[in-house]
Amino acid sequence: MSESNEFVRQVAEKKYEFGFTTDVHTEIIEKGLNEDVVRLISQKKGEPEWLLQFRLDAYRYWLTQTQPSWAHVHLPEIDYQAMSYYADPTAKSKEGPKSLDEIDPELMKTFDKLGIPLEERLALSGTAVDAVMDSVSVKTTFKEKLSEKGIIFCSISEAVREYPDLVKQYLGSVVPPKDNYFAALNSAVFSDGSFVYIPKNTRCPMELSTYFRINARNTGQFERTLIVCDEGSYVSYLEGCTAPMRDENQLHAAIVEIVVMDNAEVKYSTVQNWYPGDAEGRGGVFNLVTKRGDLRGVNSKLSWTQVETGSAITWKYPSCVLRGDGSQAEFYSVAVTNNHQEADTGTKMIHLGRNTRSTIISKGISAGKSQNSYRGLVRVGKHADGARNYSSCDSLLLGSECGAHTFPYMDIHNNTATIEHEATTSKINEDQLFYCNQRGISTEEAVGLIVNGYAKEVINKLPMEFAVEAQKLLSVSLEGTVG
Amino acid sequence: MTSEQQYIDLYHEAATLIKSRSCDVMNAVRDEAFDTFRHTGFPSKKVERYRYTDVDAAFAPNYGISLSPLTVKPSPYIYNIKDAPIDVTPYYHKIANSADAITALNTALAHDALLIYVAKNQRAEDPIVVDNWLRGTAATMMNRRILIVMEQGAAATVIINDHAADKQRFLTTQVMEIFCHDNAHLDLYEIEETTPLCSRFSNVYIHEGRDCTVKHNSITLLNGQTRNLCDVHLRGENSEITLNGCAIGSASQHIDNNTLIRHEVPNCTSRQLYKYVIDDKAVGAFAGKIYVEKDAQHTTSQETNANLCASPEARMYTQPMLEIYADDVKCAHGSTTGVMDEAALFYMRQRGIPEAEARTLLKNAFMGQVIDQIKSEPLRQKFYVKVEKRFRGELDKCDDCRLCK
Repeated sequence: MSESNEFVRQVAEKKYEFGFTTDVHTEIIEKGLNEDVVRLISQKKGEPEWLLQFRLDAYRYWLTQTQPSWAHVHLPEIDYQAMSYYADPTAKSKEGPKSLDEIDPELMKTFDKLGIPLEERLALSGTAVDAVMDSVSVKTTFKEKLSEKGIIFCSISEAVREYPDLVKQYLGSVVPPKDNYFAALNSAVFSDGSFVYIPKNTRCPMELSTYFRINARNTGQFERTLIVCDEGSYVSYLEGCTAPMRDENQLHAAIVEIVVMDNAEVKYSTVQNWYPGDAEGRGGVFNLVTKRGDLRGVNSKLSWTQVETGSAITWKYPSCVLRGDGSQAEFYSVAVTNNHQEADTGTKMIHLGRNTRSTIISKGISAGKSQNSYRGLVRVGKHADGARNYSSCDSLLLGSECGAHTFPYMDIHNNTATIEHEATTSKINEDQLFYCNQRGISTEEAVGLIVNGYAKEVINKLPMEFAVEAQKLLSVSLEGTVG
Repeated sequence: MTSEQQYIDLYHEAATLIKSRSCDVMNAVRDEAFDTFRHTGFPSKKVERYRYTDVDAAFAPNYGISLSPLTVKPSPYIYNIKDAPIDVTPYYHKIANSADAITALNTALAHDALLIYVAKNQRAEDPIVVDNWLRGTAATMMNRRILIVMEQGAAATVIINDHAADKQRFLTTQVMEIFCHDNAHLDLYEIEETTPLCSRFSNVYIHEGRDCTVKHNSITLLNGQTRNLCDVHLRGENSEITLNGCAIGSASQHIDNNTLIRHEVPNCTSRQLYKYVIDDKAVGAFAGKIYVEKDAQHTTSQETNANLCASPEARMYTQPMLEIYADDVKCAHGSTTGVMDEAALFYMRQRGIPEAEARTLLKNAFMGQVIDQIKSEPLRQKFYVKVEKRFRGELDKCDDCRLCK
C-alpha cells in the first residue's frame, strides 16, 4: 500500500487550481447591511423606483426571519454585517466597459487563466458568455449575433435598463422575495447576473453561458439569473463558478429563475467549483442557492444537470413546478464532497398539471471527512392526474469517516400518480477493484474508472465541453481518497 | 397550542392519586417526565418526526382519564409491574426517549404497567397473548405502559390485540420498552382493530444485544387515528431486526408509522417492509430512517415501502431516509406509490369477475406480501381472513372479541 500512500500524499498536496486572486482595482462599498446599503446598490445601478421598492420589501421581510437550520450541514451563524455587499472590479471606467479594450487587462487575464473565452478571437468556441466578477458583469459576448434572432442575452442590470417591462413581469415570479431566508437576502442585495429571453419559436443557435467569479475579499456574491423561454423555443444554458483560496468563508447566495412557456425547452447545466476550503476545513464558499423553474406551458420541458464539486457548504435544491399539462422535468446531479465539505442538495418536483413526468437521478460521492446528503421532494397535487415520477439516489462512500444520507419526501394527493423511489448506499465493490487490479490497473486508476462509470449517467447529460471539464473535476476532487 | 394545559392541570390535580395507585419504580421518574412535558408541550408539525400527524388536535378534546387497576389473569410470563419477579429499575424508562412529548406524558400519567418477562434460556411454547379492551361510558384516555424483558437465550411470540368494546371516543398513549439480552428471540405482533372513534399514539423502543432476532409486526386493520413510532437500537453484533407494517385505511382514517433503526455496532441486519392501502379520504404516512453509526461496518439494511392509493382523495406521504456514517455497508431503500394495475383488472373482468371483486383480489394480493412474513401458520391464516374481511368492509367490529358475543 506504500505506493498508494505516496499517491494520496501527492494528491492531498494538490492545490485548488483556481485559487489565485486578481489584483485589479475594485470599488467596494462599506461593510454591513442596512436599508442605506440596499438603496446605495440600487442607486449605483441606476435602478427604477419599483426595483428599489422590491429590494426594500425583501430586506424588511428578511429582517423578520431567522437563518434556517434544518439542512444536514453545520452552517454557522453568518455575520451579515461583516461583509460587503457590492464590489465592482470595472469601476475604473465610469460608464462600464463598452468594448474589450476598456476592460482592465488584469481582468482579461483572470478570465483567460480560467479558460473563459471572452475575446472574440475565441469565437470559434461557439459559446456566448456573460462573465460576472464579484458584483458586476464584466462582459457579455456574442450579444449582437444573438440579437439578430431577437434573443436577449445580457447582464440583469442592463436588462433592467433596456427591457424594464420584461424584467418587471418575470422577476420574482418564480422565486418570490419571501420564498426563504436566502432568497429574501438575495432579492434585497442582488448585484448582477444574466438575463435571457428567447422569443417565440426560436432555437438558440449557441450555448449560453455565465461564468461567476468571486475575487474581492470579505464580499458576498448575490447574483440573480432570469431565463424566459417563450413558446416553442429552446435554449441550453451553462453556469460555472470559481473563487480564490481564502482562510475565511465567503457567502454566495444566488437565485435562478426560469420560466418555460408552451412547448419550450430549457436545459440548465451547472459545474459548481467554488473554493471548497483546505484539507482542515478552513475557508471555502458557503453556497446557498435557490433555483427554480416554472413550467408554465403545456408540453414544456426543463432539465437541470449539476456537477457539484466545490463549496465548503452547499445548500441547493434546483426545483421544478410542473404547472403545464404534459410538462416534463429532469434533474441529474453528481455531488462530490471531500475533506470537510458538506453538501445538502437535491430537488423538488411539484406536479400540478395533468400527465406530467419527472425524473430524478442523483449520485452522491463522499470522501474524506465530508457529509453528503440528498434531500428531495416529490409532490403530486390533487389535480395532477397521471403524474409519473422516477427517482433514483445512489451514494458511494470512499473512506470510513465520511457520511452519505438520503432524505426523500413524497407527498401524494392524487391516486392516479405513479411514484417510484429507490436509493442505495455502498462502497466501491471489491470485486470490481480486484478485476481491474488483475488486469494491471492500479487501485487509484480503477477507482477513477469506477467512479466515472458511476457518474456517467449524469455527465452524459452535460453539453460536450462541460462534460470534459466535469470529468476532469471529478477525478481531481476524488483522486487519492482511496489508498 | 393550548391542548397541553388541560393535561398540566390534570396532573396537578391528580398526581397524588396517580402516585398512590402506582408503584415506586414508576413514581421515581414521574415528576421529571411531567416537567419535560410541561416544557416541550405537544410537538407541532414543524417537528420532523411529527410532520404528518396533528398531535395538538388529537389531544384537544376533553377526555376522562382511566385509573382503573390493571388486571392480569394469572399466566406465565405476564405480570403486573407491581408483582414483578425481577427488579425492573434497570429497565423502566431507560430506553424510552424521555425528550419525546408523548413518552413524557405517558410516563407522567401511567399508573400501572404490564411486564412480560421470559427468564434465561426459557422458550415460551405458546404465544403470549395480551388483549386490550377499551371500555368506557364517556370519552376516555388510557395511558398504557408495557415492558418486555427477554433474558439471555429466551424466546417468545407475543401478540398484543387492541379492541374497543364500546362505541366511545378513546385516546390511547402507549409506551413499550423491549429489552432483548444476548441471543434472545422475539416475535411481536401488534394488531389494532378498534373503531374509527379511537386515537392511538404508540411509542415502541427496542434494545437488542448480541445475536438477537426481533420481528415487530404492526398491523393496523381498523382505527381512527394511529401514530406508531418505533425506535430500534442495535447494540450487540450479529443481531437482526425486522419491522413489518400493514396499514389499511378507509373513510377518514389516519395512519402514520415512523421508524428509526440505529445500527450502533458492526455486522447487524435490518429489514423493513411497510405496505399501505389507502382508500376514500384516508391519509397514510410512512417515515423510516436507517441510521448507521461510524463504527457499524458490514451493516446490511433494506427498507421497502409500497403504497396503493385506491381513491382520488386518498393521500399518502412517504419519507424513506438513510443516514450513514460507515463506509463498508449495504443499505438500500425503495418506495413506490401507485394505482391498481388496470391491465390486471381488465383481465379479471374479462373472465367474469366483477370489478369490485377484482379490486378486492388485487388489494389482498398486495397485502399478502406482508402477511406472508408471519411465521406461525395458524396466525397467518387468521390474518388472510381478517385482511380480506377488512377489504370487504365486514370488519366493522372486532370479530373475535368475546365481549360483544
